[in-house]
Amino acid sequence: MASQRGLFGTSLARKYWMALTGLFLITFLVIHLLGNLSIIFGTGEDFNAYAAFMTSFPPIKIVSYLLYASIVLHAVDGIVLARQNMAARPVNYGSYNGAANAGWASRNMALLGIFTLLFILVHMKSFWYEMHFGELGLDANGNKDLFTLTVTAFDQVWYTAFYVIAMIALGFHLWHGFQSAFQTMGWTHPTYTPIVQFVGRAFAVVVCGAFALIPLYVLISPNV
Amino acid sequence: MNLTLKVWRQKSAQDAGKFETYQVSDISPDMSFLEMMDVLNEQLISKGTESVVFDHDCREGICGMCSMFINGEAHGPDRGVTTCQLHMRKFKDGDTITVEPWRAKAFPVVRDLMVDRSAFDRVIQAGGYISVNTMGNLPDANATPIEKHDADAAFDAATCIGCGACVATCKNASAMLFVSAKVSQFALLPQGQVEATDRVRNMVQQMDLEGFGNCTNTGACEVECPKGISIENIARMNREYLKASITA
Amino acid sequence: MSSKLNSRIPEGPISEKWTKHKGTIPLVSPANKRRIDIIVVGTGLAGSSAAASLAELGYNVKAFCFQDSPRRAHSIAAQGGINAAKNYQNDGDSVFRLFYDTVKGGDYRSREANVHRLAEVSASIIDQCVAQGVPFARDYGGLLDNRSFGGVQVSRTFYAKGQTGQQLLLGAYSALERQVAKGRVKMYARHEMVDLVVVDGKARGIIARNLVTGELERHSAHAVIIASGGYGNVFYLSTNAMGSNVTAAWKAHKKGAFFANPCFTQIHPTCIPVSGESQSKLTLMSESLRNDGRIWVPASLEDAKAIREGRLKATDLTEEQRDYYLERRYPAFGNLVPRDVASRAAKERCDAGYGVNKTGEAVYLDFSAAIMRYGQEQANLKNMTNASEAEIRAMGTKVVESKYGNLFQMYEKITDENPYVTPMKIYPAVHYTMGGLWVDYNLMSTVPGLFVAGEANFSDHGANRLGASALMQGLADGYFVLPYTVGTFLADDIRTGSISTDLPEFAEAEAAAKARLEGFLNANGSTPVEVFHRRLGKIVWDKIGMARSESGLKTAIEEIRALREEFYRDVKVLGGMFEMNPELDKANRVADFMELAELMALDALTRNESCGGHFREEYQSEEGEALRQDEEFAFVSAWEFTDNDPGKATLHKEDLVFDNVKLVTRSYK
Repeated sequence: MASQRGLFGTSLARKYWMALTGLFLITFLVIHLLGNLSIIFGTGEDFNAYAAFMTSFPPIKIVSYLLYASIVLHAVDGIVLARQNMAARPVNYGSYNGAANAGWASRNMALLGIFTLLFILVHMKSFWYEMHFGELGLDANGNKDLFTLTVTAFDQVWYTAFYVIAMIALGFHLWHGFQSAFQTMGWTHPTYTPIVQFVGRAFAVVVCGAFALIPLYVLISPNV
Repeated sequence: MNLTLKVWRQKSAQDAGKFETYQVSDISPDMSFLEMMDVLNEQLISKGTESVVFDHDCREGICGMCSMFINGEAHGPDRGVTTCQLHMRKFKDGDTITVEPWRAKAFPVVRDLMVDRSAFDRVIQAGGYISVNTMGNLPDANATPIEKHDADAAFDAATCIGCGACVATCKNASAMLFVSAKVSQFALLPQGQVEATDRVRNMVQQMDLEGFGNCTNTGACEVECPKGISIENIARMNREYLKASITA
Repeated sequence: MSSKLNSRIPEGPISEKWTKHKGTIPLVSPANKRRIDIIVVGTGLAGSSAAASLAELGYNVKAFCFQDSPRRAHSIAAQGGINAAKNYQNDGDSVFRLFYDTVKGGDYRSREANVHRLAEVSASIIDQCVAQGVPFARDYGGLLDNRSFGGVQVSRTFYAKGQTGQQLLLGAYSALERQVAKGRVKMYARHEMVDLVVVDGKARGIIARNLVTGELERHSAHAVIIASGGYGNVFYLSTNAMGSNVTAAWKAHKKGAFFANPCFTQIHPTCIPVSGESQSKLTLMSESLRNDGRIWVPASLEDAKAIREGRLKATDLTEEQRDYYLERRYPAFGNLVPRDVASRAAKERCDAGYGVNKTGEAVYLDFSAAIMRYGQEQANLKNMTNASEAEIRAMGTKVVESKYGNLFQMYEKITDENPYVTPMKIYPAVHYTMGGLWVDYNLMSTVPGLFVAGEANFSDHGANRLGASALMQGLADGYFVLPYTVGTFLADDIRTGSISTDLPEFAEAEAAAKARLEGFLNANGSTPVEVFHRRLGKIVWDKIGMARSESGLKTAIEEIRALREEFYRDVKVLGGMFEMNPELDKANRVADFMELAELMALDALTRNESCGGHFREEYQSEEGEALRQDEEFAFVSAWEFTDNDPGKATLHKEDLVFDNVKLVTRSYK
């Protein structure tokens, strides 16, 4: 255990990696959302062009590997931490009033994270896998027609429901996770921390809400 | 007041333990929770049942010895108090009250409601001090002025009574608030900064070795802390540890 | 002076005694220190600081405490502060003035040389604590802040809000833990000393009960230091911790250590009044509150009655309807008279029918004047020329909160009343015991090798301790006196080699302890220990409390003896010997309190005078002030345990010589 002192292995180090990967994944969400919004505000061809750009532009490709690594690290680290946390209390309380002193989201980060991970796997199978390895037709501009695939998926009520629930889960995850990352890194300040907390919560609601709006829009709107 | 108590009874660390239900009557709202437990114990002894063992000493909220998990909360439903300062006026006639020991791997039960918190002592041994011997000719106490805000913040961190409510209440049984309070106290004072790097690294390492959980930043500890120690100290320890890990 | 008492006060002028003595104490070389074991019983300020300092010097230290961690010792509860002759406030303080105030405050019943040494080392304590990271209060310039305490006219008290004891103890505790980490101190928490082992007339070890397993353990050493605190719990209700007990000191007494001035007990004037029958302890409100709080009762009996019956509130009374009796009786010191004076004055008013709570035993401690004064100060600072009363009050409340916030919060939690709005109710309660094991200048008892430090010894406070001096004495003994003076005894022990625990003396002591504990278990009585303790406390409080009389003391002795007999016959202790058994531990402690109580009564009966905390009704002036009898009683009573009966103890007298302070009637008018 003596070697576990620096930036690896200790409880604090594991949390730093959770925070850093988490914050990186948050920035990715913004990019992802901007592209997705073209489903509502653009044409199918715009969306396909965006998808083609994301899968072929070299710098983005590099970032995407970083992204995959972050997801894996965030998930694995999170599972390790959660297991340690469970081991730290081998006998549970007969009565435990968690709601008395902490928010629901903060007490269920692992659960929300696992659900989010499940969603990512399903989501990647549905779109990312099909985009990379599936047999997709081409649109008018010669790009892979991810748009049609997306619209078809979202026209299924169960898929959209799953998607929306997953976004709610992610929203809760970020509701706590965003500002928690700053606390973990020690980036706190009497003036700025309340702002970070507000931005984090607003981010969780707006971004996850917007993500959830897209499949609902597809499902409800008769035109797409 | 008449109350029903569900009290955890456990003969020894090896014993499995279980809840027992007792009735107490004529409890005055002005009694402290521990005085109510005294009444229960006198009643048990008269009936030939061994009394409920619990840690307690100063009964004025400063020694940090009392440690009961009451109705799902460390030191019960009131805020800013230890169990000995929790008064029965916080409960209603006819209530059922569940009383348990702190539960954490690092705090094994000794008997009934009493746990072993020596893990905290070992964390302090790892670095919760300034390495100065007793000397008759140290620099004058006023030789180094300390900014009042820092001195006050160091004091606020130093008020930790080591009761373990933070560990008990944390869903992960994490000791971050306890450890960070001590790290903060010294990090804020010039005397303490000399050993800051080793201190935070060694104390965190010991904390992990003891089997405490990790910090999810739920903030539950600061809510339940009888001395109101802020999780700002946890952030400060996070900074200190990061700095120590990068520079050392 | 008794031939059995040798106070070993060094020769020379008082201000040179300690320096000279330090220079002549035989030293133990570092290599030899490693061959010497020292046991320290108790880990409060005196015990922790002694254990840490001795370990730093190189001795092998074993430290014992009955709590689960050394950090919990009851020094932690001291609120107000610690005195030191630093003269940072430039208000005329000096070592001599601290010495003088302490001797005078102790009503001329303490040993000059010890007190002067205490005053000399006081400044070093502050330096030491600051170096350890103790966060004392500071002013905006970053320098240490001071406040004033009872019985003095300078500001020499250093403080950390209302948690000074806690911060000092945590400093000593961290120094101790540092030595534990180094392996220089072996810490035995949840252990209680149940007997002293004396070999060839020297203290060579202890028998300790492991409170978790119930095992009796033998621990040997070349010297034993008892720093187990005071015996205030003999009163049952006191501000002491529930576990505070006299057992270590009493067992040492029974093994030959003389017990000095047992009747000198301090009743602290500002405690939260008793609220009900089942109350287990009393909570102190720091003396520092008397800096800003004004003590009063209604001036008329009718108003007092109306308040007791709930028909009138404190705030309904105008200034003229209030009797600020301390300011009236003692204009020079006002609310800051020493503790014994303030306590008796409160009792006098309440006995006369002016008490303000249901039991009739409470007076007011009022902050409204201070709140307005501080508020006005803030208004002036902020150039608010026409601030409203509410604004001033709000600002003043903030100032008071910053000074005493935690005390006010504690008060509110206990009483459910807001002290910022309604005055606090307070009443005197047992707080500290000046008496304790007799020690010489080196802090060694009449048993060679047995040293006694802190509240457990009798040495520095005479018949009354001044506020903020207990912390000073504990740390002085542990940090700056014992590390030197143990050499006087240990220098002869460098060739002794380790002491075997197989010696017959250890076996005998262990067997006796076992038999005694089994006696409680086998009594098969019907009454819980707690009941006996409560009954004992009532006798002691009523008859050996704030006011004592010959007839009362004689009755007390009879009652205590009867209660003791009943206790051994009828105590009910469940559970077994070799397991955790807090009831058994309590029985063991209460048994010792019962014996001590008798000695207290005997001591009080013998001392035909009123001095400090000892007030004999027969010896008072017409105005009700204490009357000392210096001709006959300027001595320390040191009691030797004889005939195996506390009531047959033999009195030895250590005459007190005052070369530097003139004995005068203490006046705070």
